[in-house]
Amino acid sequence: MVGIITYGVYIPRYRIKVEEIARVWGANASDITGGLGVFEKSVPDMDEDAATIAVEAARNALLRRKVDPKDIGAVYVGSESHPYAVKPTACTVGEAIGATPTMTAADLEFACKAGTAGMQICMGLVKSGMIKYGLAIGSDVSQGAPGDALEYTAAAGGAAYIIGNDDPIATINHTCSFTTDTPDFWRREGQNYPRHGGRFTGDPGYFKHVKGASNLLLEQTKKTPKDFTYAVFHQPNAKFPQKVAKDLGFSKEQITPGLAVPRLGNTYSGASPIGLAATLDIAKPGDTIFVCSFGSGAGSDAFDITVTDAIKDKINRGAAPSVEKLLQNPIYLDYAKYAKHKGKLVMQV
Amino acid sequence: MRDVAVIGVGCTKFGEHWDRSFRDLFVEAGALALEDAKLSGEKIDAMYVGNMSAGRFIEQEHIGALIADYSGMATRHIPATRVEAACASGGLAFRQAVIAVASGMEDIVVAAGVEKMTDVEPGASTDALTGAADREWEGFVGATFPGLYAMIATDYMHKYHMTREQLAQVAVKNHFNGARNPIAQFPNEITLETVMKSTMVAEPLRLFDCSPITDGAAAVIVAPLERAREFTDTPIKVLATAQASDSIALHDRRDISTMDASVAAGQRAFKMAKLTHKDINMVEVHDCFSIAEICAIEDLGFCKKGTAGKFTADGETALGGKIPVNTSGGLKACGHPVGATGIKQVYEIVQQLRGDAGRRQVENAKIGMTHNVGGTGATVAVHILGRV
Amino acid sequence: MTVARFWRKIPQRYNLVGTKCTTCGRHFFPPRTFCPDCRRNGKIVDHKFAGFGTVVTYTVIQTEPDNFSSPGPYVLAIIKLDEGPQMTTQIICDPKETKIGMRVKSIFRKIATDGESGIIHYGTKFVPVE
Repeated sequence: MVGIITYGVYIPRYRIKVEEIARVWGANASDITGGLGVFEKSVPDMDEDAATIAVEAARNALLRRKVDPKDIGAVYVGSESHPYAVKPTACTVGEAIGATPTMTAADLEFACKAGTAGMQICMGLVKSGMIKYGLAIGSDVSQGAPGDALEYTAAAGGAAYIIGNDDPIATINHTCSFTTDTPDFWRREGQNYPRHGGRFTGDPGYFKHVKGASNLLLEQTKKTPKDFTYAVFHQPNAKFPQKVAKDLGFSKEQITPGLAVPRLGNTYSGASPIGLAATLDIAKPGDTIFVCSFGSGAGSDAFDITVTDAIKDKINRGAAPSVEKLLQNPIYLDYAKYAKHKGKLVMQV
Repeated sequence: MRDVAVIGVGCTKFGEHWDRSFRDLFVEAGALALEDAKLSGEKIDAMYVGNMSAGRFIEQEHIGALIADYSGMATRHIPATRVEAACASGGLAFRQAVIAVASGMEDIVVAAGVEKMTDVEPGASTDALTGAADREWEGFVGATFPGLYAMIATDYMHKYHMTREQLAQVAVKNHFNGARNPIAQFPNEITLETVMKSTMVAEPLRLFDCSPITDGAAAVIVAPLERAREFTDTPIKVLATAQASDSIALHDRRDISTMDASVAAGQRAFKMAKLTHKDINMVEVHDCFSIAEICAIEDLGFCKKGTAGKFTADGETALGGKIPVNTSGGLKACGHPVGATGIKQVYEIVQQLRGDAGRRQVENAKIGMTHNVGGTGATVAVHILGRV
Repeated sequence: MTVARFWRKIPQRYNLVGTKCTTCGRHFFPPRTFCPDCRRNGKIVDHKFAGFGTVVTYTVIQTEPDNFSSPGPYVLAIIKLDEGPQMTTQIICDPKETKIGMRVKSIFRKIATDGESGIIHYGTKFVPVE
């Protein structure tokens, strides 16, 4: 049965508080935190990018379980902040974990759901017997335009999943997707910052696709929300996943462990993968997890996951930091340092 | 093997010479040396020139030929050789000239050093100097040249508990001496406070712990001792020449704050001259950074390991002290045109031994020593010179 | 640094692949293909270092070299890897918290970038072990 063999997360240590960003733009901090449910977001160090984050997440996955990197037959990195427009992050990751040269690789982009798309591709390659293990990573150092609403939440982080069918710690019983051509949020080639359709990103964007994929999954698996121990939804802020969970019939308790966004921000391609990781960090054998990601453009990938005994016997979760651990002891930056870290200051070339 | 003597010396003023080119500097130094030796150019048999990085600073290689040409020697087709060992290029050029004469291969040989560092932007200058270290495994991973010496300082201070103030006294003393040296880049004395308040460069080293970017050239002429009086009334005998190497990277050394190459070269020099440190009246050491002088005087045996800080603070290395160190002002106050420094050190010792050192004259100067280092200690050249 | 020169040492830069002399047991990082002790009698093989070490000495550099990805001030140190060799590296930590003898472990970061359009030079730095 195909599933998750091991997983790893990486979150940079720096943070900026929403109230500090609000201070710079003259906005009311409590309106923002109240509206978004986000209090602070992660900021990459000056020498970090989506590739370094992806490597650290992958290495953390390998710390938890003995997997021979040479058995990894495919690497997919999903991001909307790949360091190169042309030259795959997946190759750097493959090299840095020792999986090269006998592997296939490619980079993916699908806004915030490129990581889960990678997981689906790996599932297909494993199920068909083409590869033994596949590595799917969602990693981002996303940018929000200065003064734009997205600046409050665009964060940095990533999670890596090794997919296989040989004693998985969680089986992926079923996956399905709901995809349309919807221009809710986009970034043209060469532009520094994305643009978005404001409130259009809500119902025609996030809600339509998350509900679309979630209902499709429930229908295809003949399950109901009550059949799941936990649920993880894409989290661009805290409000959207709370609302969609409620609308679909999931409870607050089900989504709480996987809701990292209040203290992390939106890690874009890393968001749902990190939410799932936070849930796996505390899950027990037999727990069932419902996952539905969302990527603007737009689409959602839904997964029906069951945690197995292998989560206790076959991996050592303590060998790599949990999401909770990575969220602790942050180093806070003021806006000026944040701008320097995010490359928003135009330097002399 | 014949005895060798220095028969003439010349040195340009050291400083930022916006109006003078690489060739201008060399020619001036060479002319001064020839005049000092009352020698005409046709008598020169060979030239050795120390230069670290003309390729990076002025995009010029083939320095031997260039120097011979612009000194008017090329038409006589004399052998002209560039020697490079980063900041020890000058010391090595002197050694090569001494060997050429000692072996009997050549008679009258010029040993020169020249560096023109201000024809590039400051960042490019710093980057070129990083070539003295291990570019691949030190420079590329974030080490700067001051950073490497700063790590030596951290290690030394951790082991021997030298204070920051004691270290700073090296620069204060060198500026005192430099203020009395007409060719020095910095003519001003400084106080301890100047050093301690200057901008931090790489902890614990501050701006005033670091030698500057400098343009300059120096040239000395060597000849067989037996012929020296044809040219000068004050021949200075080369009592010893020694050179040693060590790993290029600081991380590969046996002990971070001991330059084993200095120890080796020093011992070889003393052995060749049949002398000990007690016989030396003054020494020019390689103070590219203040900590380098601290390590040098211990490595050469002038004081015990770990005591150089107190030794300096007690004034033992000052002009009137037990062993005057860097009467020229050292690299710090005199300036450090990289390839020229090793030759300038010989120039200074010769001035001292002739009694021509003016306000920085050491009394009864009979025997002097020079110590020239490349990189963080990967090459060291030591020479001992004495009045005849 | 040109593309070929950077690429040739990727296993060293990304994965701390050094060498070991199986004749005398000495480890080398950065790698050496010639053992200074055994010389021609030395049999050299690749060795992947575990990535743990101890700080031997350090400094805080105020101004970084050109193209370096971490602007100053940053900690530069010589560390001794557990297997024996010493290497020079940046340590990512509060300069005030750096101590001689501190335990460190390897992480993957950007070392330098060849300007706006050149390649990114990734490699290994170190962080304190918590």
